[in-house]
Amino acid sequence: MNKTYWKGVEELQNDAKFVQLKNNEFAEHLPLDEIVQEKSADITVSPRRDFLKFLGFSVAAASLAACEAPIRKTIPYLNRPEQVTPGASNWYASSYHDGYDYCAVLVKTREGRPIKVEGNTSSSVTKGGTNARIQASVLSLYDNARLRTPIANGAPVSWENMDREIAMKLQSVASANGKIRILSSTIISPSTLKVIEEFGKKYPNTKHVVYDAVSCSAMKAANKESFGVDEIPSYNFDKAEVIAAFDCDFLINWISPIEYSRQYAETRKLDSGKKTMSKHVQFESALSLTGSNADERYHVKPSMQGAVLANLYNAIASKAGATTVNAGSVGELAKAISMLADDLWTNKGKSLVVCGINNTAVQNLVNGINSLLENYGTTIDLDNHCHLRQGNDADMALLMDEMSKGEVGALLISNCNPVYTSPMGKQFGDAIKKVTCSISFADRADETAAACQYICPDHHPLESWNDAEPKLGKYSLTQPTIAPLFSTRQFAESLLMWAGSGSNYHDFIAQHWNANVLKGKSWNEVLQEGIFEGEQGASKSYKSAANLTAAADAAGRMNVAGVEMTLYEKTGVGSGVQANNPWLQELPDPVSKITWDNYLSVAPKDARDNSWKQGNIVEVKANGVSMKMPVVVQPGQMPGTCSVAVGYGRKGAGKVADGVGVNAYPFMTMVDGQLMAAAGGVQISKTVEDDVLLATTQSHHTMMGRAIVKETTLDEFVKDPTAGNERDLISVKVGKEEKKMNAQELNLWNSFEDGNHHFGMSIDLNSCIGCGTCVVACTAENNVPVVGKEEVTRSREMHWIRIDRYFSSDADPKEHESGDIKAMEIPSDNPKVVFQPVMCQHCAHAPCETVCPVIATSHSSEGMNQMIYNRCVGTRYCANNCPYKVRRFNWFRYTDNPKFDFNMNNDLGKMVLNPDVVVRARGVMEKCSLCVQRLQEGKLVAKKQGRKVKDGEINTACAQACPTQAITFGDYKDKESKLNKMWEPNGRSYHLLEELDVQPNVFYQTKVRNVKAEAHHEMSEEKKG
Amino acid sequence: MSTAVNAQYEAEVRDPLILGKKSYHQMTEDICRPVEGKANKYWWTAFIISSTTMTWGILCLCYTIGNGIGSWGLNKTVGWAWDITNFVWWIGIGHAGTLISAILLLFRQRWRMSINRSAEAMTIFAVICAGLFPLFHTGRPWLDYWMLPLPNQFGSLWVNFNSPLLWDVFAISTYFSVSLVFWYLGLIPDLATIRDRAITPTRKFIYGLLSFGWKGTARDWLRFEEVALVLAGLSTPLVLSVHTIVSFDFATSIVPGWHTTIFPPYFVAGAIFSGFAMVLTLMLVARKVLGLEEYITTQHIELMNKVIILTGSIVGVAYITEFFIAWYSGVQYEAYAFQNRAFGPYWWAYWSMMTCNVVTPQLFWFKKIRTSAMATFIISIFVNIGMWFERFVIIVTSIHRDYLPSSWTMYSPTFIEVGIFVGTIGLFFTCFLVFARVFPVIALAELKTVMKKTSNQYKHKGVLHK
Repeated sequence: MNKTYWKGVEELQNDAKFVQLKNNEFAEHLPLDEIVQEKSADITVSPRRDFLKFLGFSVAAASLAACEAPIRKTIPYLNRPEQVTPGASNWYASSYHDGYDYCAVLVKTREGRPIKVEGNTSSSVTKGGTNARIQASVLSLYDNARLRTPIANGAPVSWENMDREIAMKLQSVASANGKIRILSSTIISPSTLKVIEEFGKKYPNTKHVVYDAVSCSAMKAANKESFGVDEIPSYNFDKAEVIAAFDCDFLINWISPIEYSRQYAETRKLDSGKKTMSKHVQFESALSLTGSNADERYHVKPSMQGAVLANLYNAIASKAGATTVNAGSVGELAKAISMLADDLWTNKGKSLVVCGINNTAVQNLVNGINSLLENYGTTIDLDNHCHLRQGNDADMALLMDEMSKGEVGALLISNCNPVYTSPMGKQFGDAIKKVTCSISFADRADETAAACQYICPDHHPLESWNDAEPKLGKYSLTQPTIAPLFSTRQFAESLLMWAGSGSNYHDFIAQHWNANVLKGKSWNEVLQEGIFEGEQGASKSYKSAANLTAAADAAGRMNVAGVEMTLYEKTGVGSGVQANNPWLQELPDPVSKITWDNYLSVAPKDARDNSWKQGNIVEVKANGVSMKMPVVVQPGQMPGTCSVAVGYGRKGAGKVADGVGVNAYPFMTMVDGQLMAAAGGVQISKTVEDDVLLATTQSHHTMMGRAIVKETTLDEFVKDPTAGNERDLISVKVGKEEKKMNAQELNLWNSFEDGNHHFGMSIDLNSCIGCGTCVVACTAENNVPVVGKEEVTRSREMHWIRIDRYFSSDADPKEHESGDIKAMEIPSDNPKVVFQPVMCQHCAHAPCETVCPVIATSHSSEGMNQMIYNRCVGTRYCANNCPYKVRRFNWFRYTDNPKFDFNMNNDLGKMVLNPDVVVRARGVMEKCSLCVQRLQEGKLVAKKQGRKVKDGEINTACAQACPTQAITFGDYKDKESKLNKMWEPNGRSYHLLEELDVQPNVFYQTKVRNVKAEAHHEMSEEKKG
Repeated sequence: MSTAVNAQYEAEVRDPLILGKKSYHQMTEDICRPVEGKANKYWWTAFIISSTTMTWGILCLCYTIGNGIGSWGLNKTVGWAWDITNFVWWIGIGHAGTLISAILLLFRQRWRMSINRSAEAMTIFAVICAGLFPLFHTGRPWLDYWMLPLPNQFGSLWVNFNSPLLWDVFAISTYFSVSLVFWYLGLIPDLATIRDRAITPTRKFIYGLLSFGWKGTARDWLRFEEVALVLAGLSTPLVLSVHTIVSFDFATSIVPGWHTTIFPPYFVAGAIFSGFAMVLTLMLVARKVLGLEEYITTQHIELMNKVIILTGSIVGVAYITEFFIAWYSGVQYEAYAFQNRAFGPYWWAYWSMMTCNVVTPQLFWFKKIRTSAMATFIISIFVNIGMWFERFVIIVTSIHRDYLPSSWTMYSPTFIEVGIFVGTIGLFFTCFLVFARVFPVIALAELKTVMKKTSNQYKHKGVLHK
């Protein structure tokens, strides 16, 4: 009961007059009436003075009323749903699979809205890692381009009508014994596959065709030939001491990149006294992200890969005493191959050769090599195979054939877009017209869906019930985290309905799991965990039984003359499934640092020879297709080759993606029945069209001889852990003695008062692969606005964390030499690459803090540099004075502004906003806060439980998202924290620009390359020669 | 002014500061003519052009306030460019006025009397133009008052006394107020003259008000001169402090190319240099248009040109010193910043600065050039341009490539930014033109003290008029 206070003695006594007055709105008498009636009862004849008073009052009142902010209605819960506490987040274990990416995730929901996706650490496949596309998937849920209702022949219809019409059509097709084809991308859901089976029972003439835009079907074919197993194996990169990759971007795109990047990083970490790391050799033409991370990287054009592999096979076969095959000459690569063969052979059973070329002969050679190296059973597991790429190019070709002959009665297309992704997309689009009943399950009217009669929009994975089996025996569940936003229905649910099954899909999954998967374990428990992993079967050794001589001959025949092109997927847009996601479009490509576009990457030498300049529009002809696109001069691209990213040039994907870049899929070539992401005989000619400005976030590519990313070789590191991390010591006179001191130990300033915590971060440059997952994670966590292509061209991207990418330069000075600054700006034609994530370094002596005239940026007692948006007037002095240039200014209003028509300009897109983080106003500076909202939440949780914050309990968005765990967040005050353990002992720790003595709380660990210093030197000499 | 300040022996062999054997009356007539008469067509043309330009600037400013600083060419790396360049440039221009009115007053340089009034007016208008930039370069200009240490209801919020920007707020507001009071004080006797000559009651009333009841008594003069001395004393340190503090914006920062201890003297010299150039530009036009050749004589021009040679050379030495120190320090960032200035992508700005500021003023060693009105005018324009480039070079070429090459960018202005700058030039000239029509452009009362006495003329007839 609240205490009652009397307003006065009158109230206590409760006299009649008081009671009467109390009922009035204003207890005291207001003299308004007198003013009006003083002199005259009739207001219309008020005297001049009164008139002026009224006038003054009404003007003031009107202007005051006009000042009021518009009212936004907040609707409270009348009946609060169980489990939903406003202000507290709920987490659900789920899995995300869109036919291309798979990840076991935890979904954070606030007030019933999913706002963030994190990796589920319980999964032994993805191990809590994510990638940029997984991080961005939550925004794709709130995509305005998604269909609101089912569409029949271009008009919205109800599900009842749709079902009736389709049932009729299917019936008529079935009765005419017409072929029914279900075309989908890889389905890893056992229940969905079961549903398709059920559907097949009802319509016996049904066949399921699996088609992947970026296909690995040759691997399956080769495994069948070599080992009789029609599967893609699981790879254990973590068990490999030597990794050789041929045109294989396994760190971000190939099959199961989240899994592989984690495994790969395990072998590269040099924490806690570890002195060994894997050696990674890459053979490729275009500089991929994986290639950028390689210890050694060699240029091979795509059509030569077969010959290189055949040579490698021979080199190993001669060591193993096996028969050799015919191998063409590989010129100067012979030495590299023999070196690699030595390394591989010494690490027999602990090595791994992977190849991303979709060609059966080439894959057979790879299998042969791995089999000679006895890698099956150790680094390659063919028994517990991987399901993530099931596409079969031959089936797809057959389907095309059937369709164009008019044999297909009904075509059900789920989760794939062949009109856009197939090199024969146009023919496919025409062939759809010959199908009696074409049904698309696309969530939007994309290229293929637009050609179909019916669109039955599918749920987003975050709205769906589903299951997944990415690898044999490794199950995970998908559960809805929000009621479907629109009138959509899941593909499997639709099939079940049309198959006449009574149950809904959720029950179907539960039933299927109880019967076949769970083996007595409780469904609810598994659902809570999200993961169910049974006993792993033994991984056996395999010997290749393929005819390698024939394979080598076939692979050798691939070699073509002329310029060759490779097609690759970008970290952000990938195969184009989520192309309409502005977070992914604005994520800079890790290698080129270009956003919002695809382009033709050419070698610097070719650019010089043909006088192509960055941004020139060229016409590219290959495969009978001709396209115009801008040129990017890409160091690391092999001369005589070029590369283009797929996933761009959409029509019908939505406002964000449509018209961005060109569609490069038509350049894909059918070789030996398999779709190769490469083309030969490319002709490039410069057009007279105006140059375009590419939206790049980094226009300068070299380190200019500065010790920004410190690196060393493994040999040096083993000898001296501080190798490459030499510090400039400062001579100081202490008393009479002259002492050499580290800049960090010297201080002109008083240190700040410390609270209970002192937060900081460590970034291991040896683990960081530069994938950009942290960038998207940060964008999602901190409501970072998307600014669009034009603003990025003006260098105004808002990302709080960025990945700096530096190329080495031929002019890089040796120690204590000064180089030619002009020449140092030019990267080598085939440079070494380093990545460095940079966010606010949270300096203890922050230069930004002293210069702000209004104290809008200050130091917290927990070591952080804080930004007080409300106080900021926007002088930008702090940004000028920040040596790391991590501060971002709100040049415009990025919300509710039609000029920035991305997710913050519509109510649907705004649902993704994190309510714990304020959306910054125009004219305000912003920057990394070290996810202060998470720190506060974590501290509160601990406080409520009356304990200290545990190490690892709180994590920043970037650190949590990182697939390679390159970022470690922690508390310096916690002596046992992982962060503290990382700071000095391994000798690799350093502060960025530590000579400035701004004393950052973020530190880096040097990069170590597994190259022999002499061999490395020799190689570069050779190149020059 | 006759006693304390101006009581001074002057050698008769010196050339007279005013030509044309003026009588007191003639002088009053000459100087009051622009105020009392009708404006000529030159004035109207100039006024229309400058006020149109000013309007354009206002529109551009409104666009900026409406849309955001994004309508300028700035980016994540270059947070200041034309805005602060213009600010420093205008503040520098203002310096001549204070120097002439305060320091030259204390040094008894009586030649300053022909020019101090307009130089001081120029100071005030230049400071107004300058002040616009820091006010409107902020992201949220409507909150600019937060930069003042005002008691507030926001809790214990206070300004940051560590921030050089806050020092700017104090330095510039002090400078502006002192300059304004000093200028107005000097105007009082002249305003009284106009009041006394007024032929219309309105004019009499207005100038009566403006002249604060000046009677011209000995007591009035005594107080006038004492206050003038006190204000001169107050202003003198300001000449040095204002640009010193402006230079702290850069000098106290961590940016290579900004973090330089030479900045305070170098900025002050540069400010005087550019201020004198602007005074020359203005006066050469004004003396022609208003017919004041006999009051602003070749001797004045020559003396000012000598100041320009001096300060221009100081600035030149400063440029070279910066380079030397960048190399001598052995700091790679510093060394790079300066190499980049001269040979980087903004080399043209650097070499424009060097040519305009270091080479052209050296032409004033030739007497023929420094006594030629036309040559002086041209060179003064060069110096104005050069000093603008100096600030651009310091600001933009330093921050566009600082520590981490990953963030290096280029900067180019938008037409909005250019518009605002051109608009301030319009504002400056509009103010000056209005000033020339309502206030005497030459300090009449003061100038009368430097006239050679009529008795002198007779006494030394032989000497003076051979």
